Amino acid sequence: MSNSILVHIGRFIVLILAQSLLLNNINFLGYLNPYIYIIFILLAPININRSLFLITSFFLGLCIDILGDSGGVHAAACLVATYVRPFILRTAFGLSYEFQTVKLSKLRFGERFMYVTLTVVVHHLVLFSLEVFNFMHILIILKKALFTSLFTILMTMLILVLFRKNDT
Amino acid sequence: MQQIINFLLRNKNFLLFIFLLLVAIGFTIQSHSYHRSKVISSTNFVSGGLYKWQHSIGKYFNLISVNERLLIENEYLRNQLTIATADTSSSKIIDTSTFATPYSYFRANVIRNDYQKRDNYILIDKGANDSIKIDMGVITDKGIVGIIEDTSANYARVISILNSNSRINAGLKNSDQYGSLLWDGKDPNMVQLATIPKQAIIKKGDTIITHGRSTIFPKGIGIGVISNYTMNQNNSYYLIEVKLFNDMTDIGYVYAIENHNAEEIKTLQTLDE
Repeated sequence: MSNSILVHIGRFIVLILAQSLLLNNINFLGYLNPYIYIIFILLAPININRSLFLITSFFLGLCIDILGDSGGVHAAACLVATYVRPFILRTAFGLSYEFQTVKLSKLRFGERFMYVTLTVVVHHLVLFSLEVFNFMHILIILKKALFTSLFTILMTMLILVLFRKNDT
Repeated sequence: MQQIINFLLRNKNFLLFIFLLLVAIGFTIQSHSYHRSKVISSTNFVSGGLYKWQHSIGKYFNLISVNERLLIENEYLRNQLTIATADTSSSKIIDTSTFATPYSYFRANVIRNDYQKRDNYILIDKGANDSIKIDMGVITDKGIVGIIEDTSANYARVISILNSNSRINAGLKNSDQYGSLLWDGKDPNMVQLATIPKQAIIKKGDTIITHGRSTIFPKGIGIGVISNYTMNQNNSYYLIEVKLFNDMTDIGYVYAIENHNAEEIKTLQTLDE
């Protein structure tokens, strides 16, 4: 048990460092950066205490905000993604989630892809709405959210496959 | 009472979510108002140190291009010096009591640079201990970069010209009309100059410089050239697209400018109001 908590804390730190030191500098096509720190939210245990999960996600987002000088946009996006996770899990896995028998490491590709996509899209829509902070520019928001989501989903699926052994 | 407590307990996750969301949105709104984004800032010891460490690894890879830029700048400054000394040596007498220039320059390295977001900031490795103060202008050898917005002991944050809160006075090199410089968030090499009155005579390729009306930048620092222009809807102002001299995606090192007369000018301006 304590071992798995250590794994989560380690993942928290590694993801923040990787995001702010490496991935925020990719700037593919000028402005595209994948936000793979969302893996922390994706891989949190299914039966985690929800209050604790909300607070942890808030701090995850806040760390990214402090390192990226972005106010509180990542914190808000993480919170929303965390809050809607039960609904996404139910949509993606249906009954097996209700009976708490889902093992994130033993998912079929389709289910895993659905789960990642829904979470990433929710997260990115909130993120870019707040970052642009002006609904007059809804097209810019949607464009950025769409392309960044594609990039993030691709990176996240690759990372989940590569590090499958360490998943809990 | 019992019911209220029950209600709170039942909805504690939702209430916690709303509370944290409001905090996060509060930080966001604060970051959108100029001169107030102090709470969430990368100038703190931990993130400053982290980025300095990252910069210390990365800087070896562009030593050649940095050297090249320094050589070009040296050449330019030597030429200026020759002109200046040729001017003064013969006839003019230097009045030593006013010889000190009103501006001082401080060098700094950029350790983190943003340009892909809507509101971009730059982190530099000099802070209050190196006499960097809030509201100092920041330039490179080629042109302006931004304004110091927040300082800690060893780091300072620059609000880049690529930021929706940035408002810098800029004017035409060959006339006295001026306007304010904005960024529409699209291309990191193009900024927009608004509110140049229609009486101004402009054409593509004209140089845009700082106007020297504010106390932040001295007059005549380069910004860019006009690449395109249109009139606004009621034909009273130009909307000008300016191509920056600086490559904002590759800044490297910068100079912060201190205006020694800033206090004096500001006092006079407030008296005026």
